[in-house]
Amino acid sequence: MTAKKLGLKQRYAHMTRGLDWETTYQPMDKVFPYDTFEGIKIRDWSQWEDPFRLTMDAYWKFQAEKERKLYAVLDAFAQNNGQTNLSDGRYVNVVKLFLTGISPEEYQAHRGFAFAGRHLRGVGPRVAAQMQSLDELRHVQTQIHTISHYNKYFDGIGEFPHMHDRVWYLSVPKSFFDDARTAGPFEYMIAIGFAFEYLLTNLLFVPFMSGAAYNGDMSTVTFGFSAQSDESRHMTLGIEVIKFLLEQHPDNLPIVQKWVDKWFWRGHRMLGLVAMMMDYMLPKKVMSWKEAWDIYFTEAGGSLFQDLARYGLKVPKYADVATAEAEHISHQNWAVFYQYTHAAAFHTWMPDKEHLDWLSEKYPNTFDKYYRPRWEMWAQMEKDGKRFYNMALPQLCNTCQIPMAYTEPGDPTTIAFRESRFNGDTYHFCSDGCKDIFDGEPEKFAQSWLPVHQIFQGACGGPTVPDVLNWYRLNNGADNLDYVGSPDEKLWNQWMAGAVKAAG
Amino acid sequence: MAQIASLTLYHNDEARPIIDAIIADNPGIRVMNIPGAVKLDCDGSLTVNRSSVEARLGRSWEPQELQLVLISMAGNLDEDDDHFTLSWRH
Ligand SMILES: [Fe+2]
Ligand SMILES: [Fe+2]
Ligand SMILES: [Zn+2]
Repeated sequence: MTAKKLGLKQRYAHMTRGLDWETTYQPMDKVFPYDTFEGIKIRDWSQWEDPFRLTMDAYWKFQAEKERKLYAVLDAFAQNNGQTNLSDGRYVNVVKLFLTGISPEEYQAHRGFAFAGRHLRGVGPRVAAQMQSLDELRHVQTQIHTISHYNKYFDGIGEFPHMHDRVWYLSVPKSFFDDARTAGPFEYMIAIGFAFEYLLTNLLFVPFMSGAAYNGDMSTVTFGFSAQSDESRHMTLGIEVIKFLLEQHPDNLPIVQKWVDKWFWRGHRMLGLVAMMMDYMLPKKVMSWKEAWDIYFTEAGGSLFQDLARYGLKVPKYADVATAEAEHISHQNWAVFYQYTHAAAFHTWMPDKEHLDWLSEKYPNTFDKYYRPRWEMWAQMEKDGKRFYNMALPQLCNTCQIPMAYTEPGDPTTIAFRESRFNGDTYHFCSDGCKDIFDGEPEKFAQSWLPVHQIFQGACGGPTVPDVLNWYRLNNGADNLDYVGSPDEKLWNQWMAGAVKAAG
Repeated sequence: MAQIASLTLYHNDEARPIIDAIIADNPGIRVMNIPGAVKLDCDGSLTVNRSSVEARLGRSWEPQELQLVLISMAGNLDEDDDHFTLSWRH
């Protein structure tokens, strides 16, 4: 008689059986001190399902295979000087923003899932959170390896971890993860596992990495899709955690709803940076931000919330506002970076005629009316030798930390301002969504490290722009300002001239 | 609104037999090509069958290997030795 092989479901049950146990030297509540204070009630941890049923041995096997494939591509890219085959030198600015703004968050996610994996007392979520923690460490490492090749040629990359902790716009993603990591383990799981991974990472990785492929960046698309292949597991963990919490106890619903509302809005604000990359920074475009939003939030999110409605969970508050903003947000963000190009570690430019026409076509309701005239005026000012720089430090939203440049819902010609009073001080916000978040946790958000406030308080190297840039380790005249006239542009033009010569 | 079950896969040689199997086994499927990837959408549910993939691949194949070419997905997952199914049914 031949031994019968166990099926996937039985194998998983055997491999994870007994990984959790009741502690005897110390009471369970002392071993797991953080999983009760948030008010979440769990009746039975064993109800947790991992539909991937991935055991540690299979995990190592698959991850090793992914790494082998990725590094073969990175090697080939370097050997063949892949950087010279990009669509345009401008493209590299996308990679710079990615490494300074997103890769450090992969590391934060690694730390966060390590914490969740340690402090949730059920075995199912602990195994899944542990794998995700390792995945996120892999993501940051592969991104640094990939982009280090660009660092040999282009500016603005070499000081990325230092910049991440100091530069004004990088405080947007940094504060997002700082907020999640200083929350309890359940809020962290809803914030990053559900709201970020399930609802929003598709918007980050899929159209963006496809854009990298389209612009000749084989190395970035390869790490991007390699990371994204872990993402399906992360999304599954996110959806399992929310179903589990809602099934365990009806008292969990209002707590979870509040987190979903909060983290949806925070995520939406942070992804405004991605919106700008897609609409303005990719020389060859795959889809507009608005199109990506329609597919990945309206359509995919719609299916999901229809499903979660049976637990009483509602579509996140202000989802309608976010959807209306999808026609504005990339333009308003690019306007900010264009005006503050002297303080950013990547290059900016005004779109050319072909690009403007693409934007007009993709944004028929808003672009010609509100944004194109401004871009044409700024382009004209450049021609006249009066390139517009905004030298005033902007007011920042106390929650999302973005300059207060967003407009009123339904009125794109009026800047939105909201405020709250707390302990005798006034706090300012870009939107109702950000104000609500502050009002829900004023003790936490009153402590925000706001880059502009810090400059005024003398905490950022000195009072002048060069002082602050120096403190950022931003190489003035190379890392910042317009692409035209930059050392990056000069190098790119040399390569292209050389290619023409070689071909001719 | 119909709830959409969806899979996004690499568009490369390794994924092609899997993509073909999915298209053959899920009538009414919608295929969206973007550079480097393909997004497959189905109303309600979407299944990858081990036997269909193996027939096209000419070797044995486990549904867990899907993870090597997977970019994204939508729906509740049910995975076993012979299938990988995403659906919004309960
Ligand atoms: Fe990641
Ligand atoms: Fe992730
Ligand atoms: Zn805000």
